[in-house]
Amino acid sequence: MNAALLIDASYFIAAFLFIFGLKRMSSPLTARSGIVVAGAGMVLAVLASFFYTLDVNAAARPHLSTNLTLALIALALGLGWAWRSGKKVAMTEMPQMVALYNGMGGGAAAAIAAIELIGYKTHGSVSLTLAVLGGLIGAVSLSGSLIAWAKLDGRINKTLRFTGLQATNGGLLLVLLLLGGYIVGQAGQVPAVIFAGFFALALLYGVMMTMPIGGADMPVVISLYNAFTGLAVGFEGYVLNNPALMIAGMVVGSAGSLLTLLMAKAMNRSVANVLFSNFGASGDEAQGEMAGSQKPVDAADAGINMRYATKVIIAPGYGLAVAQAQHKLYELVKLLQDADVDVKFAIHPVAGRMPGHMNVLLAEAGVPYDIIYDMEDINDEFKEADVAIVIGANDTVNPAARSNKSSPIYGMPILNVDLAKQVYVVKRGQGKGYSGVENALFYADNTQMVYGDAQKVMVAMIQAIKSLGGSH
Amino acid sequence: MEYTTTILTGFVALYIFMLAAFTGFEIIGRVPAILHTPLMSGSNFIHGIVVVGALWALLNASSLPEQIIGFIGVLLGAGNAAGGYVVTERMLQMFKPSGKKAKE
Repeated sequence: MNAALLIDASYFIAAFLFIFGLKRMSSPLTARSGIVVAGAGMVLAVLASFFYTLDVNAAARPHLSTNLTLALIALALGLGWAWRSGKKVAMTEMPQMVALYNGMGGGAAAAIAAIELIGYKTHGSVSLTLAVLGGLIGAVSLSGSLIAWAKLDGRINKTLRFTGLQATNGGLLLVLLLLGGYIVGQAGQVPAVIFAGFFALALLYGVMMTMPIGGADMPVVISLYNAFTGLAVGFEGYVLNNPALMIAGMVVGSAGSLLTLLMAKAMNRSVANVLFSNFGASGDEAQGEMAGSQKPVDAADAGINMRYATKVIIAPGYGLAVAQAQHKLYELVKLLQDADVDVKFAIHPVAGRMPGHMNVLLAEAGVPYDIIYDMEDINDEFKEADVAIVIGANDTVNPAARSNKSSPIYGMPILNVDLAKQVYVVKRGQGKGYSGVENALFYADNTQMVYGDAQKVMVAMIQAIKSLGGSH
Repeated sequence: MEYTTTILTGFVALYIFMLAAFTGFEIIGRVPAILHTPLMSGSNFIHGIVVVGALWALLNASSLPEQIIGFIGVLLGAGNAAGGYVVTERMLQMFKPSGKKAKE
């Protein structure tokens, strides 16, 4: 049997399964089978790779048994750890796990580049250029994704900003490109210390590039790094003459780029604006003091008021998911529906931490699709609503985005909850939103604040409505 | 006749890159917003194929530094693939048609 033929045929089938699987993932009806199809492609490709053992370089032949053992251990460790962590993680923490896994992929691409370069295995300027570029992008994706993960996971709360940061980063990138150009120019024949410096600087650049970006923008950044890793994988695929890596990497590179643009568009920002604008750094001074005060209200009173309303619109945010209150919320919704209240959900494009994240979380709680509406479809209905209730959302309902030109979030499309006759805001305390911007909604005349943990508030509302008993 | 691997260089590689890029663009282009998060996760899984490249690199390693870096590469790549799969699968499970009615 010919090993090369088997490997190539397996990769061909795997590449087909990836694209077919991704296509199936792009419709809600077939999405589940899509990931299974793509998974089968992955298993096939990994198994076929072991035929490499039949055909390794002469230099590596004496090390084959050691290398094979190392490979099996690394596979088992990586697979076992990721499988367990992926099964365990809560749905709310999905975005940072995606960031983490993505960073690992970038790291793997950088590792391939490193081996190719320090082993002086790559020849020809095209291969060298792509090896260096892939290594650079992969390393940036690794360290950048780790920072994004730490920020979303609450491990890093600070945003690093100093004057001249962008200039420093620009200089760093220039040095990296010059160093990469030098490596290619010397046909890869440079001392190992240069390679080490190159990768260290690339990792540093990923950190420096991600640190100034605020948490609210992280989904866009993660999506961007996802595309980065795809590109890096595609480039290293060229270096290794591996079509499976080339195709899968480039498909993800372009799909991820498009997804990044769509996400940035949903926030009414450009990708460059997300990366370089130091979002949320200023604004406090410009906004001045908020007029009026925050008016607290008892959860039970708010619940009873909703019970006698005709139309209630719910604007959920990430805080709902953090409090794990989506199941209790749906219980409340069912109670209201039993009392003939028209209840609808209004979903902001970036509610949760990523586009579509909130839909996933509500689907998990069993909320049917037909009462969940996208922002464009429901924004005109708020003025007819008796009650709009905001649960754990903040920036996505801040009317300053519509009216206050000096606000850092000015221009971002928002849910028009402030147009409802009565607005309730369920919130843990008097803090600011993820972007650090003060919310004018909380000070509006028709807004009342329900302070407390979202889950406890839901329970209090449910009890209050149940205690009324009977019907109208 | 002995089969040898096709060498993908120059314009052949460029054609592959171009067609793959269009494919990715087309697949994502018409996707409803509710699937953006699962798709990002799904595409994250697909670049987990990098583990295959890392495996090749490790199996062809001939010095200690290469073996160490290769080991890390395979470890990270396997984590990318396995983690990406599990997380995507869990997310998409929620889209199974319920007794109520599934979205069109």
